Amino acid sequence: MAKTPPPVRAIAEPPITNRERPAEPKPYEPSKDELLEMYRQMLLIRRFEEKAGQLYGLGLIGGFCHLYIGQEAVAVGLQSALDGETDSVITGYRDHGHMLAYGIDPKVIMAELTGRGSGISKGKGGSMHMFSTEHKFYGGHGIVGAQVSLGTGLAFKHKYSNDGGICMAYFGDGAANQGQVYESFNMAELWKLPIIFVIENNQYAMGTSVNRASAEDQLYRRGESFRIPGIQVDGMDVLACRGAAEEAIAWVRAGKGPVILEMKTYRYRGHSMSDPAKYRTRDEVQAVRDKSDPIDHVKKLLDAQGVTEADLKTLEQDIRKIVNEAADFAEQTPEPDAADLYTDVLVESY
Amino acid sequence: MAIEIKMPALSPTMEEGTLAKWLVKEGDSVKSGDILAEIETDKATMEFEAIDEGTIGSISVAEGTDNVKVGTVIATILEDGESASDAKPTEARAGDAANAAPKETPSDDKAPPVPEGASPAKAESGTQQLVASAEKVGKADPAIPEGTEMVKTTVREALRDAMAEEMREDDRVFVMGEEVAQYQGAYKVTQGLLEEFGERRVIDTPITEYGFAGIGAGAAMGGLRPIVEFMTFNFALQAIDHIINSAAKTNYMSGGQMRCPIVFRGPNGAASRVGAQHSHNFAAWYASVPGLIVIAPYDAADAKGLLKAAIRTEDPVVFLENELMYGRSFDVPKLDDHVLPIGKARIMREGKDVTIVSYSIGVGISLEAAETLAAEGIDAEVIDLRTLRPLDTETVLKSLAKTNRMIVVEENWATCSIASEIVSVVMEHGFDDLDAPVLRVANEDVPMPYAANLEKLMLVNAAKVVEAAKKVTYKN
Repeated sequence: MAKTPPPVRAIAEPPITNRERPAEPKPYEPSKDELLEMYRQMLLIRRFEEKAGQLYGLGLIGGFCHLYIGQEAVAVGLQSALDGETDSVITGYRDHGHMLAYGIDPKVIMAELTGRGSGISKGKGGSMHMFSTEHKFYGGHGIVGAQVSLGTGLAFKHKYSNDGGICMAYFGDGAANQGQVYESFNMAELWKLPIIFVIENNQYAMGTSVNRASAEDQLYRRGESFRIPGIQVDGMDVLACRGAAEEAIAWVRAGKGPVILEMKTYRYRGHSMSDPAKYRTRDEVQAVRDKSDPIDHVKKLLDAQGVTEADLKTLEQDIRKIVNEAADFAEQTPEPDAADLYTDVLVESY
Repeated sequence: MAIEIKMPALSPTMEEGTLAKWLVKEGDSVKSGDILAEIETDKATMEFEAIDEGTIGSISVAEGTDNVKVGTVIATILEDGESASDAKPTEARAGDAANAAPKETPSDDKAPPVPEGASPAKAESGTQQLVASAEKVGKADPAIPEGTEMVKTTVREALRDAMAEEMREDDRVFVMGEEVAQYQGAYKVTQGLLEEFGERRVIDTPITEYGFAGIGAGAAMGGLRPIVEFMTFNFALQAIDHIINSAAKTNYMSGGQMRCPIVFRGPNGAASRVGAQHSHNFAAWYASVPGLIVIAPYDAADAKGLLKAAIRTEDPVVFLENELMYGRSFDVPKLDDHVLPIGKARIMREGKDVTIVSYSIGVGISLEAAETLAAEGIDAEVIDLRTLRPLDTETVLKSLAKTNRMIVVEENWATCSIASEIVSVVMEHGFDDLDAPVLRVANEDVPMPYAANLEKLMLVNAAKVVEAAKKVTYKN
């Protein structure tokens, strides 16, 4: 007679113990001047990108050109919470908006887009490859997801050097499916690195919508199996973005390891200038523009604070002037010297 | 008949070891799974288990004996009914190289007959030939001051010393990779570093090459000096995106604004009997990319001097080591700071009849071939490229102008190889100096096979070099 197997005992412990999480973020409460500055930065990005689109159409900008229109609140809201002296930022190829939000001169950005010698990368980088180590902006990377590992390396540097800085690494919903992102999550949490992983979920990885590409489309949950807390944020609301950044930064600076911020946002233009965007309807885009535009949203708040239409008009004119000057500069400044073809390949001579 | 217990090979490259400790004594009864002894290889101390049952008849190699060749009988086990007199070891003695090879006498009479010549008593692989040649020493490096005291050092130790010296000098330098810290290095290259520098600077990573190569590159962009160890360069394929797209191109793409001073290092090329996925030489892949420095040293002095230079340079470096070389000893100058220039080849042997250009382990077989050729009246010059990017074409072309004949020896496939590049350089810049076509002496154009005989057929060897040298000197 066969022996009766011992009874299978249920394990009493719950599968996941309760872990500390960052507090639920609250919308940031700005002063009137802060709000006005956020508005100014978002409008600068919008007008700059519109101009870039125009120059592309004129053939002055070549190759790929990924515009940030619609996503302005993310870069502006998050960047405004960082310490420009110590903190580092890295992103993918949709990088113009981030650079403008960092206060980098629009002229050298636009001149890089037109491939000129006075561009920020001497015309050798282009739209996707721009850097400003002075501003601790580390690019500008063209390989989807690479900036996540590189950003984790920047965070490693902050911890190694004990310099008090943190890294903010931006990537899209498309990059969120790359393998190296999870390798980086694992090491970032394992080593408690000071990094905020910002997923700019603009709903489309080129032409593929999030739910067509992602088994878990709530991307803020993507860190759960690495014990990285995630927060989902209205990326069309600059104050929500700033509020989330405050919580995330407090967590990370306290040495508690990384945080994921999923910023729900939307890009109005195609993936790049050459994308006809046939994967979504015109109505869908228009609905977002009408209901959720990040700039209109702040405009209403400013109105409530007593900023007049005339004040905003003046601001708008100032911005158009800055953008036009950047475009003129980018058109007129010469291309790189032919001799520069051979410079900067290596730092040293051998 | 007593069962002979032989010194085991405990790694693909182990040829001898130290019998550190016996855990049994004569007369003890043992069964399979019992630990008989502790054996030290050049990489680790390993436990040696019994697989037979019986009584320990005799112990023929005392504990503490060094350099016990693999295959030496170290003890016997008596089966039931056998007496100690049956246990006298009849053949091999400890350290007797001639008897080191295990004799594979079939115990079963029904074993199929073996065709003559098809199955050697001891499997001799191609990598064993490479290793044997890799004992060859080049002429003194003129970069080392005359009269400098020399210390015999393995390539493994030289690499470790280079890292340790640079880490002592510069806090920005750190090492990361799989098993580099607590395990002391998969191939023991980082041995002792954790102890000296602590876990802040010697960092074990998960098995995630893509991720940690990116983290290293990012840390370098942020201002640190990472040394990223790949357990082998075969696994660096997982990470090649960061080596190429992140590390190599950043300085250029940023108009010189953002640097990536990082060293990617680890063993590259054929190891011993590890098959196709672990035996690939990636030198030409990396050497084709502007923005990278690619270094592949041969001996220990170069390994040390060039690794130190690699750690110091502002540019990203791919530093290709060779597992078969790790255990080889060479003279290393006893200098406070032995740093060699990147981009300078070394003339390992002077000659006037034919130039043999090589790098890494290929230098050993080139030197061996040169000795054979000398005996036949052909005076070969041997050049070790040392740096593969930038290539020291000047030294190569100068030698060609002297000898008018050249062959390139490479433990790699010939197609799109470093050898192909040297041939192109010579066609473009040394055509008038050529008295014969330049020949590439390389591996066979197949993936690395596992079987010892096929591995041997696949790999480049000194005989092939001799044959090619005779061909270009029209002496065959």
